[in-house]
Amino acid sequence: MDEIRRTLNDGLWTSNPALVQLLGLCPLLAITTTAAYGFALGVATTAVLVVSNLVISAVRRALVPVVRIPLFVLIIASLVTCIDLLTNAFLHELHEVLGLFIPLIVTNCAILAQAETVASRRPVAISALSGFAAGLGFLIVLVALGALREIAGQGTLFAGAALLLGEDSDRFTIELPFDGVLAAVLPPGAFFGLAVLLAIRNLLVRERDPSRLPIAEEPATAAERTP
Amino acid sequence: MDTPKGSVAKTLMLVGFFAAAAAVLVAGSYELSHERIAANEREALLRNLYSVLDPDLRDRGLTPIQLTVTDRALLGSTAPTDVFVVATDDGRPEAVIFVSTAPDGYNAPIRLLVGLTPDGVLTGVRVLSHRETPGLGDAIELRKSDWILQFDGKRLGEPPEPLWAVDKDGGVFDALTGATVTPRAIVRAVRNTLVYFERHRDELFAAAREAAREARD
Repeated sequence: MDEIRRTLNDGLWTSNPALVQLLGLCPLLAITTTAAYGFALGVATTAVLVVSNLVISAVRRALVPVVRIPLFVLIIASLVTCIDLLTNAFLHELHEVLGLFIPLIVTNCAILAQAETVASRRPVAISALSGFAAGLGFLIVLVALGALREIAGQGTLFAGAALLLGEDSDRFTIELPFDGVLAAVLPPGAFFGLAVLLAIRNLLVRERDPSRLPIAEEPATAAERTP
Repeated sequence: MDTPKGSVAKTLMLVGFFAAAAAVLVAGSYELSHERIAANEREALLRNLYSVLDPDLRDRGLTPIQLTVTDRALLGSTAPTDVFVVATDDGRPEAVIFVSTAPDGYNAPIRLLVGLTPDGVLTGVRVLSHRETPGLGDAIELRKSDWILQFDGKRLGEPPEPLWAVDKDGGVFDALTGATVTPRAIVRAVRNTLVYFERHRDELFAAAREAAREARD
């Protein structure tokens, strides 16, 4: 029971792939122009994380340390290809919405990190749960960053969410009374947005436990903090 | 991961085994899915076919006559390209629909539906399938932005040739913020389709009449 709680907590907060490990930033920064896109990428990533952790954990005893990384890459890339093909064939509606995001997942090193630190060492069930938690943690950050950039960049929230839910209406979209600045939608906005989220997390962590910073500290910053 | 140091041969065999398993998995998925994917795409094509036509034409219940032509340079694909000639019962063409390909999309070729009047005026362009970057290049989808509508009413010579380009290159078509390759590819593909049509109009209409006659007899 304790282990389950710890695994969930790890993925969502303590070692959140996006906010603590800072992994998978390439798709994260590129896609989060709206909350709906963030959600779509998050769902696709979570699905791949769970499946890849399951498979890698199941074969973990057969893997030889020297070639484990190439094998992880091989397994993850094949799985993503299969998921792409099979959803295109059998869940075509879903694929029309999420299909664009699936190839981006291969480049997500958060998945490789999960394979290396969790799936290759832990039993199948815990690995799958850990993949789910990490995916969920990633998804939450994606949606938060997407919402932030969408509000600042185009003055709407949840634009296009109807697409994901299979409706052509815009009743989910919240229009805010300003137009927004284009910079927030462009790549620099992604970095600023992520910086804001990181700052908020660091603030929360420091408030809870002033003795530690969430990110490995350099001696200089440690010195600065001592009065 | 406390596997004892295995011999090189053993490691190689392991890698070979996983590579073979992955190949079987991917090939199996492809085998299992490619017919369904083709059928899904076909269905999407037929569902969207009339969206590029003049609204008046859509409800008249005309049957599209399907032809296939191949022109890698102008229609963007080495594979046969579907062309639909929408004609009245006595074989008079009312519209033409090309399933063109923009071969130079950012991530993969972009498949387009290009609708024309018999005089070569564009009545609509839609994207059938693409792999452009979400949030940037995917604004070419009508449900995400109305960028694709700016082709309506255009033809060869209107705008004149040098202006058949995105505004970044001095043309009349809007580019998309953050995505230049995608609009460029589509503008070029639409223009090339118009060129193809201008060169082969009579052949196409003759072939359509022939096909319609055969179907009647």
